[in-house]
Amino acid sequence: MATNTQIPVADRRAPVMEPGHTFVTIGEKVSNIVLKRPISLGWVLGFFIMFSLMNMLLFALGYLFLKGTGIWGINIPVGWGFAIINFVWWIGIGHAGTLISAILCLLRQTWRNSINRFAEAMTLFAVACAGVFPLVHTGRPWLAYWMFPYPNTMNYWPNFRSPLIWDVFAVSTYFTISLVFWFVGLIPDFATMRDRAEHPLTRGIYGILAMGWRGSARHWHRYETAYLLLAGLATPLVLSVHTVVSFDFAISIVPGWHTTIFPPYFVAGAIYSGFAMVLCLAIPIRAIYGLEDFITMRHLENSGKVMLATGLIVAYGYGIEAFMGWYSGNQFDSMLLWNRLHGPYSFWYLSLLATNIVIPQLLWMKKFRTSTFWLWVISLVVLVGMWLERFIIIVVSLHRDFLNSSWGMYYPTKWDWMTYTGTIGMFLTAMWLFVRILPMVSISELRTLLPEAHVHEAEEVKQ
Amino acid sequence: MQIFPRSSNAIARASLFGAVFAVAGLFWVVAQLQRSPYITYAGVRKSQPVPFSHQHHVTGLGIDCRYCHTSVEQSSFAGIPPTKTCMNCHAQIWTNAAYLEPVRESFRSGRSIEWTRVNQLPNFVYFNHSIHVNKGVGCNTCHGPVDQMPLTYQYASLQMEFCLDCHRAPEKYLRPREQVFNMRYEPPSTGEPVVVDGIAYAEQGKLGEALKKQYKVRSAREITDCNTCHR
Repeated sequence: MATNTQIPVADRRAPVMEPGHTFVTIGEKVSNIVLKRPISLGWVLGFFIMFSLMNMLLFALGYLFLKGTGIWGINIPVGWGFAIINFVWWIGIGHAGTLISAILCLLRQTWRNSINRFAEAMTLFAVACAGVFPLVHTGRPWLAYWMFPYPNTMNYWPNFRSPLIWDVFAVSTYFTISLVFWFVGLIPDFATMRDRAEHPLTRGIYGILAMGWRGSARHWHRYETAYLLLAGLATPLVLSVHTVVSFDFAISIVPGWHTTIFPPYFVAGAIYSGFAMVLCLAIPIRAIYGLEDFITMRHLENSGKVMLATGLIVAYGYGIEAFMGWYSGNQFDSMLLWNRLHGPYSFWYLSLLATNIVIPQLLWMKKFRTSTFWLWVISLVVLVGMWLERFIIIVVSLHRDFLNSSWGMYYPTKWDWMTYTGTIGMFLTAMWLFVRILPMVSISELRTLLPEAHVHEAEEVKQ
Repeated sequence: MQIFPRSSNAIARASLFGAVFAVAGLFWVVAQLQRSPYITYAGVRKSQPVPFSHQHHVTGLGIDCRYCHTSVEQSSFAGIPPTKTCMNCHAQIWTNAAYLEPVRESFRSGRSIEWTRVNQLPNFVYFNHSIHVNKGVGCNTCHGPVDQMPLTYQYASLQMEFCLDCHRAPEKYLRPREQVFNMRYEPPSTGEPVVVDGIAYAEQGKLGEALKKQYKVRSAREITDCNTCHR
């Protein structure tokens, strides 16, 4: 039977991988980015900027440890300021990586194969950035281990009825599973890197990480089993982590927080911002490193569609919140709605509606979905919008609660801003290193997309 | 292309198991260290300006705790005796002993003797001696065999788990009020029952329950509230 070198694709859709590639060209193309490509001036300059931002984060945190959380804008009534906004924002961004790697794996979506590696890396770095905030928000981060149930001299458990403790478990489990999933997926690629590296030290490091991978049938069998099991383990986490994060709010009685729609609405929002971050990174990376063959318009368009779908769920959430403000007849709920639209933060609420709901509707049009420029702009807009969403949920709900006498305003300080931009620096520093140290596209999984990798036994029997 | 010999598989396997034991061992060491006298100072004899012996004064001479610690039944603080209390006797006996010179000097000048504190709770803990003494908690339940201490030392760890051990089940330790200051009190046994109001108790559990009721000790739920001690 003649081998079809073209990958069969549906009409009018870009292919998952451009034609003409073989096992060898894939391995060369991806590993050469790490092993052969010289370090460019642009990379060094970008790294310098991001590394400086990360050091600004360390400076801001150092001053925080010295002075305490009083340097931030938080006070009563708004006790949860930037720290919690940024925590939820970063955790949400992480979700796309797990969705792509786990759920799309179980659903056998082959287009995930070329973006799952850096989406998972993005997840890990985003969760690491997210983890900084609740840690420093405790005020005494050196006692943060008190949140874990361990046999302590106080003979006391943490308060298991508090959703903040559920958060500790949800986020730490999430990070662990994501890390293991990422590492297991990397093992065959580490072996490729080991085999292609020339410097003995590089070869040794990749060799240790490859854990003696030979690519034997038994290795592949076990690898596939482990990968599938991990995908199964990670799948509920996509839903559970942000559900638990939403409980931080929904369990309380604050108007604007105390709603049952929070878990699905938070999960959708998380995937929304996560895919925005994937696009935000994938579009420049594929252009700079010439990966258009592997990350095709198909991937970008699909990500745009996911954004459109999850964005509509988020819009539904906003709609229900507004509807319940009116329908409940509760004066505090209707006050919240009024306050969002006409209160001191109304500009930001309207900006939220524009960035999160109105502008992304452009994705209905194929012209915008298939334009890298517009996709990149829209994904940046969505990232801003999802940040504003958390700002509105936290600050606007808290600043005017049941008693007029306890109303107040929240103004972030320069330390808030330094910490926030600092984590962006930390995230991008990690990304900068990642693209130069690890194969940012999965070599082994790309190879499975080639026709040569498919078994045609049954058809041969028919002949 | 393998770059490591086959034998490195053994190292990889060993490191997997080793990591588990190393982490578990580290946790164990930290947990033990945190409860050791290095952190708690339990059992550590501290030097004092005068080598005062509780053993001599309590066991040898039979002086009651309250002769010196006068406020223990009415106040949160048991009370450190003024030099005058020492001089009640030492104006008459051992008047020339060299190591009592700081006591006489204190009496002459009116400046207190600066004892080194032995039992110290952190400032965020509210502790009241009188409530414990009046509800039937013996001195040596927390302070240990003071009557056998030539130089006083802290007996218990005074960590929160030590306090909660009793607050969660006070019946394990309660004794009749009149036995609170008896340093040689023994919990009831079948051979030597403790008699309260004409009823002989052969088990601490039963005695404790009865005393809890009689002394109106509040429920474990109430006395383990955070603000019972952290006010």
